[in-house]
Amino acid sequence: MRFVTVSGPPSSGKTAVIIKTLEHLQKDGQKVGVVKFDCLFTDDDELYRKNGIAVRKGLAGALCPDHYFVSNVEECVQWGLQEGLDVLVSESAGLCNRCSPHIREVLAICVIDNLSGTGTPKKIGPMLKAADVVVITKGDIVSQAEREVFASRVHMVNSKARLLHVNGITGQGSFELSTLWTGTEETATVEGKKLRFSMPAALCSYCLGETRIGSDYQMGNVRKINLDLPTGSKTDGGPQDLGPMNTGGGS
Amino acid sequence: MSRQLETLTVETVFARWPFVQQQLADNGLGDIADRPEARLAELLDADQLSDLDGFIGVMEEFLGTNEEKVGEVTITGGRAKDGSPEPVTELTVKVGEVICIVGPTGSGKSRLLADIEWVARGDTPTGRHVTINGQVPDDKWRFSSEYKLVAQLSQNMNFVMDLSVEEFLNLHAESRLATDPQEKIQRIWNWANELAGEPFALDTPVTSLSGGQSRALMIADTAVLSSSPVVLIDEIENAGIDRQQALDILIREEKIVLMATHDPILALMGDRRVIINNGAMQKVIEPSEAERANLKELRALDAKLMSLRHRLRMGERLDRI
Ligand SMILES: Nc1nc2c(ncn2[C@@H]2O[C@H](COP(=O)(O)OP(=O)(O)OP(=O)(O)O)[C@@H](O)[C@H]2O)c(=O)[nH]1
Ligand SMILES: Nc1ncnc2c1ncn2[C@@H]1O[C@H](COP(=O)(O)OP(=O)(O)O)[C@@H](O)[C@H]1O
Ligand SMILES: [Mg+2]
Ligand SMILES: [Mg+2]
Ligand SMILES: [Zn+2]
Ligand SMILES: [Zn+2]
Repeated sequence: MRFVTVSGPPSSGKTAVIIKTLEHLQKDGQKVGVVKFDCLFTDDDELYRKNGIAVRKGLAGALCPDHYFVSNVEECVQWGLQEGLDVLVSESAGLCNRCSPHIREVLAICVIDNLSGTGTPKKIGPMLKAADVVVITKGDIVSQAEREVFASRVHMVNSKARLLHVNGITGQGSFELSTLWTGTEETATVEGKKLRFSMPAALCSYCLGETRIGSDYQMGNVRKINLDLPTGSKTDGGPQDLGPMNTGGGS
Repeated sequence: MSRQLETLTVETVFARWPFVQQQLADNGLGDIADRPEARLAELLDADQLSDLDGFIGVMEEFLGTNEEKVGEVTITGGRAKDGSPEPVTELTVKVGEVICIVGPTGSGKSRLLADIEWVARGDTPTGRHVTINGQVPDDKWRFSSEYKLVAQLSQNMNFVMDLSVEEFLNLHAESRLATDPQEKIQRIWNWANELAGEPFALDTPVTSLSGGQSRALMIADTAVLSSSPVVLIDEIENAGIDRQQALDILIREEKIVLMATHDPILALMGDRRVIINNGAMQKVIEPSEAERANLKELRALDAKLMSLRHRLRMGERLDRI
């Protein structure tokens, strides 16, 4: 079975791209399936089912969807094998912009859209940086110039990735993407494989449900903002900037 | 020395190769910038000149400006939807040509354009092969951000960035590492104004341009700044821009223009017309003398319709046309 991880910001077109791409494999008689990871709600599973794609969904609830993803990915792979799938795809919306579901030796796709603004490639960090293939969507509604500017911004963050433009609505470019999916190694298990990026180290009291504000309630990995920086210098707390962590807050 | 740097003024050299200024400064020759009018021969010795020439060569290679230009693209026929061989076995399109692609919905027009964009190697449903300048091209045309064979212009494209025309063009020029960006921006702006008919300023926000102005700016920008040698046009709308002039600009900038259209005026403006059916190129025809003559009449009809539209807009009745 071939396994592909697809990540990308919410509503960037992941589901649309996956459906259009799998269509080409289905036409070839391949059996395909998707596991969708999300936080609280998704109706992507309905869409997949309608398109003849085997589907399972996992809602992370209060957990970060990507932490939830790693804890469950081996089970998903085993499910795919049991179903006799030729290709299994995982879809997750990296909600914290710090996590990345990409696993070494497993084809990693990041879907990002032209409408999200030229700053986005820099902002979304690991899920883009660690991808083998970057798919850019929604090119049909922006100018050629904006597509070129956006692509060059993506290239600045990840110069090694292959870059493809896919239209999630018409499917333009999806055939080309599908050729990369079938060209990957088989995956029999992900047990023992490694994430390309470690998940954020933090588990603070707020992650665990704390709602009260103030140092007294802050425990675990807490990092305080430095408001003394002169303007124009490197700001505190960017997604790539993990810096040293202050552990513990009050009490 | 191929670039004949010694004969050029400092100003010209800096404008043509902006990276030179930094390079000279790094080599303790920064004060050259104080004499913009002087020729390099007056300021640098032969060794320094040849070093600089070498540096420019390396930079041009890095920036891709020195790459072999795409002069022609050849499509070798594959098979139709029913598996029969494609009637047109070879089609070569050259820089400066306008090719129209016509055929019913579902006939395979988009697939043909996609085969070109993907530089097919017999690995698409049509089995076609595409070569550039007679050679099987590099993978870079498939996957890199800098090298895309095809730029696209279509009806439903908008500007989404909140920038002025000038800032917008600057951003595009920057991302393309364009040499002499100021000249390019001026040229784009002038052309766009000519195309649109209704002038706009460089400090107009791109999002507040009219439909015609946006389309005009997109075409001029693609002609001058896009890296792609092939421009694909999905119907240029009638409203507000001079379509013949739009094609002329693209041709002047050495683009290969492909147009999927059912508009008789556009179709007759092309140098050749590819007829698609059943997933295959059925034939390639050139407009006949009679068609060219009819183009005049069609243009007159078109102008007539435009004026009727205008009158409707002004609240007139169309009792007499
Ligand atoms: N115009 C245009 N719309 C697109 C394109 N790709 C996707 N869309 C639309 O964008 C919206 C979001 O697409 P989805 O595929 O649901 O996005 P997603 O990334 O799966 O979203 P989540 O799973 O909720 O994070 C839908 O309305 C799609 O139809 C595209 O290339 N062009
Ligand atoms: N030669 C061919 N062999 C197999 N399928 C083809 C061929 N040409 C086109 N197709 C398929 O036919 C469908 C319709 O073609 P498309 O290019 O979208 O038509 P159009 O743009 O003319 O409406 C697409 O799914 C396309 O991949
Ligand atoms: Mg989705
Ligand atoms: Mg089409
Ligand atoms: Zn996370
Ligand atoms: Zn937390």
